[in-house]
Amino acid sequence: MKILVIAEHDNLSLKPATLSTVTAALAIGQPVDVLVAGADCAAVASAAAAVAGIARVLVADHPAHAAQLAESIAALVAEIGTQYTHILAAATTTGKNLLPRVAALLDVAQISDIVAVKSADTFVRPIYAGNALATVQSEDPVKVITVRATAFAEATSAGNAAGVESLNLVKEQGLSAFVDQQLSISTRPELTAASVVVSGGRGMQSGENFVLLEKVADKLGAAIGASRAAVDAGFVPNDMQVGQTGKIVAPELYIAVGISGAIQHLAGMKDSKVIVAINKDAEAPIFQVADYGLVDDLFKVLPELAEKL
Amino acid sequence: MKILVAVKRVVDANVKVRVKADNSGIDLTNAKMAINPFCEIAVEEAIRLKEKGQADEVIAVSIGDKACHEQIRTALALGADRGIHIEAQDGLQPLAVAKLLHALVQREAIGLVLVGKQSIDTDNNQVAQMLAALGGMPQGTFACGVEVQDGKLKVVREIDGGEQTLLLTLPAVVSTDLRLNEPRYASLPNIMKAKKKPIDTLTPADLGVSVASRLRTLSVEPPPERSAGIKVASVDELITRLRTEAKVI
Repeated sequence: MKILVIAEHDNLSLKPATLSTVTAALAIGQPVDVLVAGADCAAVASAAAAVAGIARVLVADHPAHAAQLAESIAALVAEIGTQYTHILAAATTTGKNLLPRVAALLDVAQISDIVAVKSADTFVRPIYAGNALATVQSEDPVKVITVRATAFAEATSAGNAAGVESLNLVKEQGLSAFVDQQLSISTRPELTAASVVVSGGRGMQSGENFVLLEKVADKLGAAIGASRAAVDAGFVPNDMQVGQTGKIVAPELYIAVGISGAIQHLAGMKDSKVIVAINKDAEAPIFQVADYGLVDDLFKVLPELAEKL
Repeated sequence: MKILVAVKRVVDANVKVRVKADNSGIDLTNAKMAINPFCEIAVEEAIRLKEKGQADEVIAVSIGDKACHEQIRTALALGADRGIHIEAQDGLQPLAVAKLLHALVQREAIGLVLVGKQSIDTDNNQVAQMLAALGGMPQGTFACGVEVQDGKLKVVREIDGGEQTLLLTLPAVVSTDLRLNEPRYASLPNIMKAKKKPIDTLTPADLGVSVASRLRTLSVEPPPERSAGIKVASVDELITRLRTEAKVI
């Protein structure tokens, strides 16, 4: 058994989702190597080498890897991947973009978004928006897997001193070019890593009204999310979407405001520890999963909550 | 440029599915079926590109048993020019689907493939990336903007922290995210016209593709139920309970 974890990073820091992926990898077996492919990414490699349980860090540091384009990185991973029995990445937009391409190059299946490891070849993954859990077994020589970060605790990020080896391998494909990116700049915690999430739905009525959520979120140090309905209505950007096709969150406290509770939304938040629902419709399905429900007008409740917290 | 758009027949998004009593899968008996919502967005985008004069022909393909003719007809009613049905067992793995689509891309000399980013039944999110790999093509996944520019394709992608713009060579594969467009409704005259549009039927053998898989589903089980809690009467009670009972704030 030999496992490769693809590090998720922005050339500066290692993303916490990678730590959860390492935990999933260690549940499968050992040794676990980490690949850091990027440009000027030495700090990321050092961070990866400190993660508990890591045997070796491979660093493919090259200007061509600056934007981590799927075409080039997948070719690189597929080339070294044949030496491994398992290749894992977090089921983030980066991992989801990259890993199926790797799997196809290796002519193996990909197992998406696993939430449990049963054995080295058997895994559990949600299907139908989390309304069912499938246990799947792979006979592929290399198992290519994306990991739902919220389902695995983060590996300890300090204490280890794994060897760092540079990998002089560049597989530029010349198929795609990075133009630019706009990242939302927020002082709030990242949605998938926050311990408290406050989300708004169609009941918020407008993007401006999300200010009311922000005031509550400020008091709780919370991230702000939204339902697909709120994104579809143009209230807020898509990167705030929590649900089947958006982000999966599992915070200590999830407060759903003006969200009816469609199955697609529940798929993204029902593993939260404590769920609070605030909705004026007492029949809204969200109350069926909420630990605490408050049936009232959110425009009255939110200012009061912000004041009293 | 020819566009290939893939449509998958899935359970309607509003149906609450149940696991079969013997845990062998999902009970879809008499369930309402529909085009996967992301595939519908892909069809819409293909038609818009044709309307803008950037594509000459839109071919809609679906893979599965005969029932998926219904979804191909829907795509034709929305504006696709012709259909291809690849007759195969339901539940093919994404790699097999990607191989079949790859064979079609070569056979039809396709310039752009549009597919939904994931299907709402198996939630895999793999076909576009796999197809791009098999064809040595670039991929623009989770697209919220697509534009043909000087023989290349500009794709704006939804990524975790925001948006990213890439420039791809053609042929290329794009997977659609939900903000890319708002699909139109088929008009009655177009539904009637769609009945006359051709649908070719092929098999995996015709395309020289093996659909065998080394991935097996051992069991399908319902997730742990979350039970409803209590209703609180006021903001004060909510805060008190979160502090003293749940201890989360």
